[in-house]
Amino acid sequence: MRCFIGIDLGSTTTKAVVIDENQNILGRGITNSRSNYDTAATIAKQEALLNGRFYLFRQALGSTKALNGALDGFIGQLERDFRLEQYLEQLGDLEQTCHRSLATAKFGDSTKAVEGALGEVFRRLQGEAADLFKPGAKRKSDFFRDIAGSQYLSIGETVAKEAGTRYDFLLNVFDRSIIEVENRVYADSIRRHLLAALERTFVALPETAARRTQVEAPIKGILDTEMEETYVVGTGYGRARLPFSKEHIRSEILCHGLGAHVMYPHTATVLDIGGQDTKAIQVDPHGIVESFQMNDRCAAGCGRYLGYIADEMNMGLHELGPLAMKSTKNVRINSTCTVFAGAELRDRLSLGEKREDIMAGLHRAIILRAMSILARSGGIRDQFTFTGGVAKNEAAVKALNELVAENYGKLTLNIDPDSIYTGALGGATFAWRAVTEDGKVAENRPN
Amino acid sequence: MNTPVAAPVSTKKPQDVQKEDAMWLQKELISKNYTELATARANNKKVSATFVPGNLNELLMCFDFARSLPETNALQNGMRKKSGKMIMDAERDGQSEDVCTYVKADLGMMMGGEVGPTGEVMPKPDVLLLSYTGCFTFMKWFELIRHKYGCETVMLHVPYQGEGKIAPNMRDYVVKQLKETVIPTLERISGVKFDIDRLRQYMRESAKAEEDLVKVLQSAKNRPSPIDGYFGAVYYIGPIFTAFRGTPEATQYYSMLRQEIEQRVRDGKGPITPEGEMGEEKYRLIVEGPPNWTSFRDFWKMFYDEGAVVVSSTYAKVGGLYDFGFRHDPDHPLESLAEYCLGCYTNLNLPSRIDMICKYIDEYQADGLLINSIKSCNSFSAGQLLILREVEKRTGKPAAFIETDLVDPRYFSGANVKNRLESYFQMVKAKRAALTGVH
Repeated sequence: MRCFIGIDLGSTTTKAVVIDENQNILGRGITNSRSNYDTAATIAKQEALLNGRFYLFRQALGSTKALNGALDGFIGQLERDFRLEQYLEQLGDLEQTCHRSLATAKFGDSTKAVEGALGEVFRRLQGEAADLFKPGAKRKSDFFRDIAGSQYLSIGETVAKEAGTRYDFLLNVFDRSIIEVENRVYADSIRRHLLAALERTFVALPETAARRTQVEAPIKGILDTEMEETYVVGTGYGRARLPFSKEHIRSEILCHGLGAHVMYPHTATVLDIGGQDTKAIQVDPHGIVESFQMNDRCAAGCGRYLGYIADEMNMGLHELGPLAMKSTKNVRINSTCTVFAGAELRDRLSLGEKREDIMAGLHRAIILRAMSILARSGGIRDQFTFTGGVAKNEAAVKALNELVAENYGKLTLNIDPDSIYTGALGGATFAWRAVTEDGKVAENRPN
Repeated sequence: MNTPVAAPVSTKKPQDVQKEDAMWLQKELISKNYTELATARANNKKVSATFVPGNLNELLMCFDFARSLPETNALQNGMRKKSGKMIMDAERDGQSEDVCTYVKADLGMMMGGEVGPTGEVMPKPDVLLLSYTGCFTFMKWFELIRHKYGCETVMLHVPYQGEGKIAPNMRDYVVKQLKETVIPTLERISGVKFDIDRLRQYMRESAKAEEDLVKVLQSAKNRPSPIDGYFGAVYYIGPIFTAFRGTPEATQYYSMLRQEIEQRVRDGKGPITPEGEMGEEKYRLIVEGPPNWTSFRDFWKMFYDEGAVVVSSTYAKVGGLYDFGFRHDPDHPLESLAEYCLGCYTNLNLPSRIDMICKYIDEYQADGLLINSIKSCNSFSAGQLLILREVEKRTGKPAAFIETDLVDPRYFSGANVKNRLESYFQMVKAKRAALTGVH
């Protein structure tokens, strides 16, 4: 089947979206951007295609009614089992890489002891792997670096203590190995992992095993369907690094505008607050950008502002919004400089202001900055779509709603839970338009 | 003054960068002026300093002044990557971060022993001719350097075109100042008696050069445009807006330039960029605001790499506006000087600037407007967003806004400018496709 793919290389994460010929979203994929955009693009795309396979499994199994009523549970289990298979392979890979790194490390007499400890750490990591992917299990992140890293650190510490070896030697080996493993692409293993995961799922859900043939046939059918990468469009800060020709590259402003239009066809104004920039975009009824403005010279008021404040407060980024929602009083904080805002925050705390009130002030400061950029771009028109990481923050949304109502009256504010994929969706739609409307063929299909 | 000069041929042609022959010649003219300034004392010449917009070059020549133009010095220092240190020196001397960077580069150059862009030491001026034409920073600038040089300043107050037109009493007011203050002061300082016929002769030369320059700038109405009306035009306007308007060398330069450009039109060629002939012309733009000088080549490259040519710019009219018909008139010399000062771009009000841009978009069949707003320019950055909105509304063409600076290298964020420009070009393309029915 023909697939149209958009890849958005952001400063922190890389996102990909796959759509089909009818512009249905088949899959979405996300990965950390690392220091290697080529790999990030490949992995995000692969994740989106994989997510697309699961979408197709669900569709196929849904239409055969082979799992009537048990479909959601089955797909969920299959996905967890697949992730487990993938994790185990990467873990094996990491173990081998760690041993290779150890061979070139200069640990002197300790090398033997570290080798023993390393073996033990990985034995325990393998042993605990299945629990990480149990139903309802909480993972800090879905990126291998984060999952394996946090496990390795805690297990490593215990093992080092028990074995009487130095913990920092274990850390050293991990640090030298993780980048190599993280930048490896496991595209060839997907089919194998899926088939192995299917076996695990039949064991975990014995009632589905009874209908093995009816279940297996559509899944294998889909596995045999080629998801052809008909056209790929790349966007985002790392776009110049994408292995595509210029024809396949679009600015993220155009992609965000079009992506927001696809999500909400009546969108006229888009606000996107990402990690390092804030974009205000006006689009026409076809999703074509009419004008735009971005923050200039300074990134105060972007997502990183909140990240900095979270660090200053020793809190998690996702905890800021909920805390600010408890506010009962307005505290004014400047929005001109992130570092100054940090100083103001400590000043307000010392004056006895409540943390939640200060937090609400900070969220309002970000939105005030965005309001000025929106005004420069031509103001806010109905409907208004808010995208980017900050759109997930309820306190930022609350401040935006208030300021929009004060300055522009009542408008429809759209926020999609998948708004992080807006740019990639716009890219995929450009890819679709290039082929179906302009008759383009891919000149350079990246591997 | 009628001595014919031999057709100039440039001898300075480095190999790594491509320019039109006239561009090389322009460079030589500009450096010749620096030598003239550097040797002024030795040659017993008096020195004047004056600003570019609406300058009175012909009048200054009547008194044999060597002519220095502080903005040109600053931009030449910027292009030669010398302005960064000068600005920091001026800041150390007490100038704030927000002060116009032309001013700071000038003050910094002074602190560094007046070593000019070409490495020659610039002389201390004998007179500052402050023709005030719309930029309020000019007054403060000369106030500062008058204090440092301790030399005489003569001011010509040019009324702002607040109503969008030159009223007769405005012209009379300027002529009166010329007769009663400016000319007597220049006579006294130079020791040269004013000769109005000498002025008429210079103006005859000016008018010829102006005619040719207009033809060159308007050649951009062709498709493809044979010139870049912004990045290329800054070379073309160099002689006429500085110390050469009224000289036979300038007349020759513009005649040669016109021939060269007309040949390019006949050959169906596009502009010459520093990397050679520009590829396919994909976007035709109008630009408002001066270029960034410290990253001039990088900035230009962001345009020609994408096939974007600037067909007309308001900056190419900063010294004086000729394309709507004004020519220096030897039959009415003082009145014509007055009209020149009153009509220069910096002296226009916002509605006139908007009209001019809309006219350009129409006449040059441009795809849209780009504003390069100058961070440290308080006089002209105000109102630019208003211009942008109004032009968008009237022409239906997309407009975009970027920010850089004149000569402060710290304020050129290449990655961000490039990102916005690429977005803008793609926006123009998408809009164009939408108009023809394809998305």
